[in-house]
Amino acid sequence: MKRFFCVICVALGLSGCAATGTHPDDPYEGFNRAMFSINEGLDTVVKPVAEGYETLTPLPIRVVIGNFFGNIGDVWISVNNFLQGKVEAGFSDIGRVLVNSTFGFCGIFDFASEMGLEKHSEDFGQTLGVWGVDSGPYLFWPVIGPRTARDTFGWGVDFAVDPVRRIRHDNATRNTLIGVRTLEGRARLLQAEKVLDSASFDKYNTIRNLYLNGRAAAIKDED
Amino acid sequence: MKSLCIKLLLPFFMLLPSVPAFADDLLVFAKESPDALVKRVTDEVLEIVRQDKEIQSGNTKKILELVEAKVFPHFDFDHMTALAVGRDWSRATPEQKKRLADEFHILLVRTYSNALTAYRDQGIRYRALKLAPEDTETLVRTEILQPGSKPIALNYSLEKHDDGWKVFDVAVAGVSLVGNYRDAFSTEVRANGIDGLLKMLVDKNKQLEASQK
Repeated sequence: MKRFFCVICVALGLSGCAATGTHPDDPYEGFNRAMFSINEGLDTVVKPVAEGYETLTPLPIRVVIGNFFGNIGDVWISVNNFLQGKVEAGFSDIGRVLVNSTFGFCGIFDFASEMGLEKHSEDFGQTLGVWGVDSGPYLFWPVIGPRTARDTFGWGVDFAVDPVRRIRHDNATRNTLIGVRTLEGRARLLQAEKVLDSASFDKYNTIRNLYLNGRAAAIKDED
Repeated sequence: MKSLCIKLLLPFFMLLPSVPAFADDLLVFAKESPDALVKRVTDEVLEIVRQDKEIQSGNTKKILELVEAKVFPHFDFDHMTALAVGRDWSRATPEQKKRLADEFHILLVRTYSNALTAYRDQGIRYRALKLAPEDTETLVRTEILQPGSKPIALNYSLEKHDDGWKVFDVAVAGVSLVGNYRDAFSTEVRANGIDGLLKMLVDKNKQLEASQK
């Protein structure tokens, strides 16, 4: 973990933007803003594709896609709930996977939610937060976007254990699944973006505010 | 763990014939409770948004009017503006306060309308409210349901007034709407004073009006 933070520090050092920000959690604001504009540039390509996907995919199909990936995600969510000491939530997540993988036809229907087994949202960054690891500086990464130092590490762990990426023998299936999941994820942000437009005076600041407060709330399960 | 067992058994209980839910109709309150208010207004507005062809095809003016007529009579803008401006609020003249609240009002109508159109297809769930008779402030919890993800918490902070409960903040996924504006507002006040903030709001409203005809 230490080595990982060193890598981040070196990366930030190389970019030549040490301590430029005025926000206490955002000491590398100069670097971050540069990455933010790179991402906004990349998004001029991704966003229209996501908009096309949103227009072309009927709502019931999107529900099925969302449920399918949600079911796969519940396995790791369950592990994180156990790691955070939330035993009941962890068992509830296992129940969700069992119910949805069988009665829910491989996860495309979310019967577990109908039964009152709530969907949760946990990741390794939140687990570290519950364990008392400080969030560290706010960072904005190309492609993956905002993450604190702690959540960047957490994201690395989430990424490493991602079951979809572990499909080894069928590259076409794996890549299609990753592609659809990414597109669905981006398409979901389209709604939030419409609101962000009127809720922000400086998009970078607003995203930082939403991210930092949103993560703090998620760790306390107030989201 | 007990509640988990109940949840797993629930589908079997659901097979039993359900008792008609007319209990609500029998209870008549002199004044509407805060959770009932939030539910009534949300249901009413979503019903209109889902059915109105003009709103669906992007008639911004019509949805702004809808929010103004149905939702915002239940919001306390002076309170919201005071919270968003923070410490500097006390330094503003009554004239400045009024203009700030008016401009913030316009901005919030747009923000709220955008949220309403963006999330109109999502289901809303209302959480039970514990309210003591002497409470003058409360938090009404609702959730936006979305397939494959945890429901998004949408919580309304309300304060008791003589003419009923009024909303003074809305929190989405644990992030306060008023708090979101506070950072931007205080930065501007520090740089350009209350009048600078006023100008920033006016400019933002003009820009939004031009881009969302």
